Amino acid sequence: MTRRTALWLAVVPTAFLAVFFVYPVASILATSLGRPATATGSVFDAGVVWFTVWQAVVSTVLTLAAGLPIAYVTARYDFPGRRLLRAITLVPFVLPTLVVGVTFLALLGPSGVLGVDLSGTVTAIVAAHVFFNVAVVVRIVGGLWEHLDPRIEDAARALGAGPWQVARRITLPRLRPAIASATAIVFLFSFTSFGTVLVLGGPGMATIEVDIYRRTAFLFDLRGAAILALMQMAGVIGALIAYARHQDRSRVMQSLTPATLRRPRTGRQRLVVGATALWTLVLVGVPTAVLAWRALSRGGRPTLAGFRALRVSPFVDVGAAASSSLGYAVTATVIALAVGLPAALLIAARRGRLSRWFDTLLMLPLGTSAVTLGFGMLVALDAPIDLRASVALIPIAHALVAVPFVVRTLVPVLGSIRMRLREAAATLGASPARIRLKIDLPIAGRAAAVGAGFAFVISLGEFGATSLLARPGSPTLPLAIFRLLGRPGALNVQGAMVLSLLLMAITVAVVLLVDRVRLPGRGLF
Amino acid sequence: MLEVRGLTVRYGDLVALDDVSLEVDAGETVAVLGASGSGKTTLLRAIAGLLTPDAGTISWDGADLRPVPAHRRRFGLVFQDFALFPHLDVAGNVGFGLRMSGVATPELAGRVDAALARVGLAGLGSRRVEELSGGQAQRVALARTFAPDPRMLLLDEPLGSLDPALRRDLATDLAAALAADPIPTLLVTHDTDEAFALAGRVAVMDGGRIVRTGTPEEVWRHPGTAVVARLLGQDVVAGPLAGITPPPGGAVAVRTDALRLDPNGSIEATVLASAFRGPDHVVTVDVNGERLTATSPTARRPGERLRYALDPEAVSVVTETADCR
Repeated sequence: MTRRTALWLAVVPTAFLAVFFVYPVASILATSLGRPATATGSVFDAGVVWFTVWQAVVSTVLTLAAGLPIAYVTARYDFPGRRLLRAITLVPFVLPTLVVGVTFLALLGPSGVLGVDLSGTVTAIVAAHVFFNVAVVVRIVGGLWEHLDPRIEDAARALGAGPWQVARRITLPRLRPAIASATAIVFLFSFTSFGTVLVLGGPGMATIEVDIYRRTAFLFDLRGAAILALMQMAGVIGALIAYARHQDRSRVMQSLTPATLRRPRTGRQRLVVGATALWTLVLVGVPTAVLAWRALSRGGRPTLAGFRALRVSPFVDVGAAASSSLGYAVTATVIALAVGLPAALLIAARRGRLSRWFDTLLMLPLGTSAVTLGFGMLVALDAPIDLRASVALIPIAHALVAVPFVVRTLVPVLGSIRMRLREAAATLGASPARIRLKIDLPIAGRAAAVGAGFAFVISLGEFGATSLLARPGSPTLPLAIFRLLGRPGALNVQGAMVLSLLLMAITVAVVLLVDRVRLPGRGLF
Repeated sequence: MLEVRGLTVRYGDLVALDDVSLEVDAGETVAVLGASGSGKTTLLRAIAGLLTPDAGTISWDGADLRPVPAHRRRFGLVFQDFALFPHLDVAGNVGFGLRMSGVATPELAGRVDAALARVGLAGLGSRRVEELSGGQAQRVALARTFAPDPRMLLLDEPLGSLDPALRRDLATDLAAALAADPIPTLLVTHDTDEAFALAGRVAVMDGGRIVRTGTPEEVWRHPGTAVVARLLGQDVVAGPLAGITPPPGGAVAVRTDALRLDPNGSIEATVLASAFRGPDHVVTVDVNGERLTATSPTARRPGERLRYALDPEAVSVVTETADCR
């Protein structure tokens, strides 16, 4: 790739980020910090920051504890349903966070099936975070684990190490890079958690992002919100730097082998596999099943009352919400691909500093408060064209959040359309033009389809930025869910659960569809 | 047929190929034998047209190939890691070259099936490539290369990534396939057995140069240089040994079949180690302070003294320098 091509590829993503991300966020932060402190809630709330950090730490530790056994069993043992077990852990991870919140409201909330009301407690929040994030541990740690040469462990056993010594001195150190990756990602998701905490958290229970939302949307304390947004950004960047340092230090040569699975033979092995499979089903299946049951039953009997109530609800127009959600999702997907494709080509070509700098820039929206982003767009984008009143901002905001995922999906695949495949095609008589058509395009096309699927799902579930950008008359599905939850009455709550179930079904369907076109490879997605 | 003259390829300061000349005639199979890093894969890639040499010519039937891009050379190349297309199934991979050469769709399926049947994989056309075992992937790679009737076959360590049992099977199959088809073939390998089993002529490469060419037997009997002798698994000693005194700068290459147990033999040896390798025991012995490898029908204890006679046919004088041209 020539420097000229690289610069051309950089134009669209750079312009997009500059206009729709850097400018609005910077200007809202600058304006807000210049304001005098307001009377309400302007006092910096250290409690919120402390709560955000410690619940994220607890969520991360428990997610590791919940996910490592699943990672181990699916990486080392061959048993019927192994792939299925791994696949179902991915279901919570693709759900909109608001739907995760509603799911745990159905499980642990008032009149929850367990009979105890844990809503408004940190227990419910942490449980939801574990449910949502367990896929990260299973995918990343399990992905490395199954490719670690098991003979190294055998060698240690032969040298006289007991099972625990092998785990502590051999297996864990070898898994360290993957465990560190998973820890960093789970921590960041829990640290910036919004929809889940908004639904499950009680009055005194807010993460930084929830507090930013409260201050921006209800208290009009923009100065306080801006300070919190900067703190959140600093926290995210700090965590990412710490993670990068750790990865650099702990990089070791690993001898990776094709997956070697063995059937569980001894009674003990069978017990471990069986118990872990059961645990996975409980962890992922029970909350999902409870949501479905609560959405589709009343007084212990199945009913479609929730659906009927939704149809005639005075608070939301479900048809309109669904159609605007789908419209935004399609538009956001197109934008995310238009921005993400050139960006991924540039990053995959590895043009030194330019590519690395670009990679980091694209990841920034993930570390930025979505509420701040939405509000910044609303306030700052008034010239030269006044976009504030236009609904165009919603898919643009969604695309900003989706682009990092599109890029992460595309880069490994584009990088791996290895020279060898092109050379093989050439020796089989394919001209350079036909190589692009028959090799590059189909392989990149599948990756783009996978990226598009994720962009679509992210847009469907996005809540933070949308909550500020959407006009009151035309909510999206997540906004409709949130609005119903805010209304009194069991039927409204049930309506919210029906909508959550619907959103869950659409999301899972899209992800299953995407899975069919994906080429084999390792990684989170 | 194929004629390579004075081929030189540099990667920055590193000279990967240094003035290499080589011919492959019609129906002939030539093996380029060399350790890893000796330049043999670079040679293959240059012939396939995948890299542009810094100097030298490559020609086919007298016509210069330099202006001909890789996709018009009709040289089939089998990669060491197979390089199967992950987005196509087995039939898609095998049919790729046929499509490129404009074979019509109705005819395509039949030719793909025939190519698969030829490598013993009939009926596997709809498999995804990641579901294949190593041996199957190897056969698909072969079928993919054979299918569009290339005018020459280039094989990069064709059996290198397979386990030993499979290697034996495939080596036999491959030798039969090459014998059945008069297509000129150039294969590169680091494995002496593979080179000898498949090729009628062997070119030994070291440091980017071809240091010895000949039939497997010629090369085996007269390696010429110490480097070649060691690559073939022969012992190289400074000598003199049993009356053979190498000239200055020379050495004696001794094959494992050179030493014969003989109570009246002239060579007195002390056993250093003995190991059963079936059918015989391989014995490492010390002769006048130099290590040699010999065989013995029975196990020997370290320290044991043995007498050997030397078969002069199994010994050759070699030069220590790499370049013998």
